[in-house]
Amino acid sequence: MAILEVKNVGKRFGGLQALSDVNLSVAENSVHAIIGPNGAGKSTLLNCLVGKLIPDTGSVMFDGQSVLGRKPYEINQMGISRVFQTPEIFGDLSVQENMLIPCFAKRDGSFQMNALTSVTSQRDILDKAEEMLVEMKLADKRHMHAASMSRGDKRRLEIAMCLSQNPRLLLLDEPTAGMARADTNNTIDLLKQIKEERDITIAIIEHDMHVVFSLAERITVLAQGTPLVEDTPDKIKGHPKVREAYLGESQDAA
Amino acid sequence: MLSLNKKDFGLLLVVAILTLAAPIILNPFPANSGMAQFNAGYPDLMQRFVIFGIFAIGFNILFGLTGYLSFGHAAFLGVGSYSAVWMMKLLSMNVIPAILLSVIVAGLFSVVIGYVSLRRSGIYFSILTLAFAQMSFNLAYSVLTPITNGETGLQISLSDPRILDGANAPSYPNLFGAQMNSAATVELGNWIFTFSVGYYLCAVIMLAAFYISIRVFRSPFGMMLRAVKSNQQRMNYTGLNTKPYTLAAFVISGMYAGLAGGLLASMDPLAGAERMQWTASGEVVLMTILGGAGTLLGPVLGAGFIKYFENIFSKINDNVLHGWFSFMPDGFEDFLVTVIHPFVGKGWNLTLGLLFMLVVIFLPGGLVEGGQRFGRVFRRKDRNAGSVEADAAKQRNQTAAE
Repeated sequence: MAILEVKNVGKRFGGLQALSDVNLSVAENSVHAIIGPNGAGKSTLLNCLVGKLIPDTGSVMFDGQSVLGRKPYEINQMGISRVFQTPEIFGDLSVQENMLIPCFAKRDGSFQMNALTSVTSQRDILDKAEEMLVEMKLADKRHMHAASMSRGDKRRLEIAMCLSQNPRLLLLDEPTAGMARADTNNTIDLLKQIKEERDITIAIIEHDMHVVFSLAERITVLAQGTPLVEDTPDKIKGHPKVREAYLGESQDAA
Repeated sequence: MLSLNKKDFGLLLVVAILTLAAPIILNPFPANSGMAQFNAGYPDLMQRFVIFGIFAIGFNILFGLTGYLSFGHAAFLGVGSYSAVWMMKLLSMNVIPAILLSVIVAGLFSVVIGYVSLRRSGIYFSILTLAFAQMSFNLAYSVLTPITNGETGLQISLSDPRILDGANAPSYPNLFGAQMNSAATVELGNWIFTFSVGYYLCAVIMLAAFYISIRVFRSPFGMMLRAVKSNQQRMNYTGLNTKPYTLAAFVISGMYAGLAGGLLASMDPLAGAERMQWTASGEVVLMTILGGAGTLLGPVLGAGFIKYFENIFSKINDNVLHGWFSFMPDGFEDFLVTVIHPFVGKGWNLTLGLLFMLVVIFLPGGLVEGGQRFGRVFRRKDRNAGSVEADAAKQRNQTAAE
């Protein structure tokens, strides 16, 4: 069953047709990768899914409900979490506080005016955050200033923050961009582990073929704003159209 | 204690002791000595210290936590003052209803201004709040004269109805009969200490305000506000609408400003439009940044610092300077006075401006950071060199392990 249904989505920026007639369906509990050369429209598509951009045409349905016209925080409340290309964390806060924010946030995003309760008195929430920190192997860094962590740790923290809200769909925008090889492999292992342990759908946009072929169950290739082909990783590898559009230049990586 | 951790309770205790003993601490020089002009322990000035302390504490909840820089907070101060004076005219000279109304009216006013201004962030938010404050200032001067009494300022008079006060009620702001301007004077040798009702009322309210601000800083709500400052994008993608949080912070700080305004009017029952002018809004920004934005103690320190300058430094005129340098040869004395003249007396703003620049450049964390650095220097001396090196080695190993 498809949890995310994208139909005929088109987006134009001035004279540039960034997306045209994109159809995509992501099956529940699968790992779906969207790949494509630079400027193929991957990030535009992702921004259309989370409410940052509103497509000119077409529809985006999440679990039978349209996401179009909703604000990013409302879309998150539906169960979509997003991990950014450059980790978006609360850099001025400690790692523990970073983890506490999504734990304090109610699933419906309701505003809480708890100005006179103390953070340290909220045992259940502290425990929840601690559990997540331990699971993500960030517990020994809990008092560190989040901005001073390594790229890999920031990414780990961002994913942990997203997961603590139990999203149904996790969107990852080039999760390993700018990472060293070791960090990349760690991230791959982490995502594999997440997939094994949870009922979660993962949609991933990635440049790095190593990451894509280690994780994805299905791959959509985007070129010049339209899906070229959608298939399993094995078929994509040998697909002549894909080679021509994309893999031809980076066969080594594949 | 009081739901605070040890460190915060200690801080509150220190502030409480300093505030309550201020009439003694701020009067270190004998009354007839040459240094007596540096004494700040007279009620009028001490009241300003704590009232502007309240103003800055509230401003810090908005600016220090959320990072939204409001340039119009004096509007709430002014609105608070006007409401307080009206309450004293209509209802009673007792300051309790006056202060309550000033907080409520400033709160309502800040809901309206905040709701509109918070549609934008950064410089546009600052400009919007500035525009609203200037608008309030100009309205108070012109079309709102029936309410504000225009240029003259709103004052109390004997013909006011004051429906709750009996025939023998005091004609000056009071707390259940204790007049705000009544004071007990204690003479100890050459030292004179003044303990006034007005100051102690303000001091107790300031301590309550400080306590509430500690609680806000340590609450999940306060953490959300810091998260707003740090990364609004991530807040949105955590399913949180940031607007209610920023609006709540804006209204809380508006109510603090209203409280300060109400207290100003209670200490001296008149309210003028100049209280709302942009210079007054700028002053609270200076206080907060000078003391240390986002710290608990900073705003109080900044407020005290600026008010001390405004009232004490401005009194050093040429005559005083000549008195100080009279032991020097004539020509040299005149030369020194000419050099120092622009920095003192009416030129106190210049000194304050230079100090502000120095603080912003060398101590971005304000006076509080200065204090912390100072403390660290002393702590480092206690430790022997070996352990410092051991610490450094430990840190290196940790980094290597990562």
